[in-house]
Amino acid sequence: MNISDAPILSLVTFLPIAGAIFIAFLSREALANIRYTALWTTLITFAVSLLIWINFDPATASFQFVEERAWLGPIKYKMGVDGISMLFVILTTFLMPLCILASWEAIEDRVKEYMIAFLVLEALMIGVFCALDLVLFYLFFEAGLIPMFLIIGVWGGPRRVYASFKFFLYTFLGSVLMLLAMMAMYWQAGTTDIPTLMTTKFPSDMQFWLWLAFFASFAVKMPMWPVHTWLPDAHVEAPTAGSVILAGILLKMGGYGFLRFSLPMFPEASATFAPMVFTLSVIAIVATSLIALVQQDMKKLIAYSSVAHMGFVTMGIFTFTQQGLDGAIFQMLSHGLISSALFLCVGVVYDRLHTREISAYGGLVERMPIYAVIFMVFTMGNVGLPGTSGFVGEFLTLLASFKVNTYVAVAATSGVIFSACYALYLYRRVVFGVLEKPSLKAMADVTPREIAILAPLVVLTILFGIYPAPILDVTAVSVKALVTSLEAAGHAAAAVAP
Amino acid sequence: MPADMLNFAAAYPEMILAAGAIALLMIGAFGGTQGNSDRAGWLAILALAATGVAVAMQTGTERAFNDAFISDNFARFVKLLVLSGSAVAILLSMDDLRRAKADRFEIPVLILLATVGMMMMISANDLLALYLGLELQSLALYVLAAARRDDVRSSEAGMKYFVLGALSSGMLLYGASLLYGFAGTTSFAGLATAAAAPNAAANLGLIVGLVFLLVGLAFKVSAVPFHMWTPDVYEGAPTPITAFFAAAPKLAAMALLARVLMDGFGGLFIQWQKIIIFLSIASMLLGAFAAIGQTNIKRLMAYSSIGHVGFALVGLAAGGEQGVQALLIYLAIYLVMTLGSFACILAMRRDGQPVEDISELSGLAQNNLPMAFILAMLLFSLAGVPPLAGFFGKFYVFAAAVKAELYGLAIIGVLASVVGAFYYLRIVKVMFFDEAKPRFTPAAPYVRLVMIAAGLFVVLYAVYPQPLVAAAETAAKSLQL
Repeated sequence: MNISDAPILSLVTFLPIAGAIFIAFLSREALANIRYTALWTTLITFAVSLLIWINFDPATASFQFVEERAWLGPIKYKMGVDGISMLFVILTTFLMPLCILASWEAIEDRVKEYMIAFLVLEALMIGVFCALDLVLFYLFFEAGLIPMFLIIGVWGGPRRVYASFKFFLYTFLGSVLMLLAMMAMYWQAGTTDIPTLMTTKFPSDMQFWLWLAFFASFAVKMPMWPVHTWLPDAHVEAPTAGSVILAGILLKMGGYGFLRFSLPMFPEASATFAPMVFTLSVIAIVATSLIALVQQDMKKLIAYSSVAHMGFVTMGIFTFTQQGLDGAIFQMLSHGLISSALFLCVGVVYDRLHTREISAYGGLVERMPIYAVIFMVFTMGNVGLPGTSGFVGEFLTLLASFKVNTYVAVAATSGVIFSACYALYLYRRVVFGVLEKPSLKAMADVTPREIAILAPLVVLTILFGIYPAPILDVTAVSVKALVTSLEAAGHAAAAVAP
Repeated sequence: MPADMLNFAAAYPEMILAAGAIALLMIGAFGGTQGNSDRAGWLAILALAATGVAVAMQTGTERAFNDAFISDNFARFVKLLVLSGSAVAILLSMDDLRRAKADRFEIPVLILLATVGMMMMISANDLLALYLGLELQSLALYVLAAARRDDVRSSEAGMKYFVLGALSSGMLLYGASLLYGFAGTTSFAGLATAAAAPNAAANLGLIVGLVFLLVGLAFKVSAVPFHMWTPDVYEGAPTPITAFFAAAPKLAAMALLARVLMDGFGGLFIQWQKIIIFLSIASMLLGAFAAIGQTNIKRLMAYSSIGHVGFALVGLAAGGEQGVQALLIYLAIYLVMTLGSFACILAMRRDGQPVEDISELSGLAQNNLPMAFILAMLLFSLAGVPPLAGFFGKFYVFAAAVKAELYGLAIIGVLASVVGAFYYLRIVKVMFFDEAKPRFTPAAPYVRLVMIAAGLFVVLYAVYPQPLVAAAETAAKSLQL
């Protein structure tokens, strides 16, 4: 059977919803049933999504597995993936079972609602990366706020209410402006079909405003400096799995948005605004790295480091070169693995000691040698040590930006040094030193369940660091097509200019 | 007047409903007291259903009573919504009023009479018909607001509503008389001719008349700055009556506004568009900001409804077929969300007593998850978060505004919806994040039914959105745009 004829993307998107509905009918007390149902749903979804990867044709830049159905008059239900979006789908389905496992014992209150919220969130996140219609994209993009709001607010830490409101309102505010821009695009182009819009040429002055409106949404989601302040709050208060999803996938929606909308649809405006994006990226890389250095809370430190790493992504994207875009995508995927893993590592010790204060730890290596090794791998990945996946993305984006703008590259490179400072400093304070705090004496090393969560991440972090080809091969053709179209638009603009 | 100008057939639904209301009055007065209010309620719903069938059977555009009355797709679309709104309001009211010992048969009768008035408003094609329909509706509503006559707040609500409503009716009537004086006619068609005249914009009498007319109607839809009565009346009136106020009459008055402006004053579009834009912005902003401080959920819903009127007016300000279609979609979805929310409010009872404070919902998700979930979905929908139905309403009105190049209005509108999201989220927060309070008394079956139906509608609307959109498009085409 030819798999590309089956509605496999809809299947992957709505499988988690089916699991959520099933869980809704389970008894509230049947905790094991609820947990296993959620786990198996996410595992099956992951397996099905791997079918997409296997059947994916990396030789073409056009959208694959396309489905189209009538939905809302001229607005169609249209799904499809290309080299850029497919990997994000896989990343989502891959991280989800880990999140469920990470919540296995950490969540004991209202397990049923928690699992339903997570499965619904998974469906919506997959939908974001598969949607090929503006309105459909917006639907998935925004709907994710509801389950995430509840996850932070119900199962979060002490300041969860503040964090959940800030998260919701910040992202909602950014997105409504994007919605207006989508409407303007519809009236201008007469369609909301994304592939058609990618080849539509919008007037220059209109591009200017549309780009800004989309930027408002994606910059908040990314998050870029100075609209990043919701992220540390949300990360700190969210439960471990919530932080993983935030860092691993929700942040990637911003970068994905730039790649899918801002660059191909508004090439002239993107070129106009590139210096601004470079400036903000460099500020993000340098300033938030320094802020991370002084954090007392482990999760907050990792949250700020996320903002810095996302700075490399925006920098890479706005170089408009093959290397820069490849690097940005790679950096996003790699950050999806590494920062998720770091949050999981924090979760491991948090579950034992119920504090995230760095000063409460020290000398863990004596009690938790395996943990120390795993944590070190991810710390090195976060620093961008060659041999880990963190290196490839940072290197490619820096290389690309060096060619485009040397000053930006130089300033950004200093961020690499700072990231080594805060990551190693964190590692030293938590893992090394003398084990003198009595509360730490009884710490047990990682359990088999925790190893099962972290091992795949360790393997992938190192594998993609040594052999990044599987990812770069998939993205290459789509990125090349994007770069070609950007260059064509650039030449056209240059020809028009006096 | 020749018989064919009377053309009674166009007004059969209204006649059926009026006859039903009178028959019900007789049954109530002479039919004994046993099981009185439930019987009256069911019979009223039957009358509304029969009227609905009669409306659905009509086709094309029919004019009656020397062109004072028109039945077209637009009128039928809104009439069906109003009829269902009234029927659901009666369904919601039966149990609540019985428990409050206010279950008199007059209440369904008054709702029926108000509905007849609303249908007249929707079909009005002449200033006189407009005024007659409006007053029939309003008088019934004043009495309904004071239905719980031994309750101070209810009496106060009725009194306030009456005094301010009478004032607005007076203004409207003054505007109508000015228009008659300067245009020489009361029919919308005649007004349209006068408004389309080359020097119409300089005709001060026409403009002032239009402004007074708009002020009167703005009172009825409770658009800012003519909204002052709304919070007090919503809070004071018995809850099921408030549910009725928030749903059907708003729709009827909005439809009337759309018809009189589009059909009667199409030539002065530039002039009235400015007024509508102002009303819209003021309503959206005040609705959003004033609701933040509320602790009583009925009062909060009052400000929320003011905000929603502002959003619906965005569609009207955009004008054209797009704008009217958007307005109709918005109103239809608003109707369901409002009735669903009020069903949830009616389910807020502890130890048999209704409670209205938002803090009473505290921790609802822990002891009544289905209700908390439905109310949360309704609130997210009211906030306009996709993929819920409320998003589609906002989507269409703002799309129409963007098409009409009213960018400022659209931007202010979406920002107001973000502010609005804050107070809806606050209720979700109380239900999901806070400590649990004792359980509510189980709600009446019909209240639960309405709640579930509305919840399913807002959640599943995105699956199959096209029929409503297509129906609204057909309806919008019958106005002269």
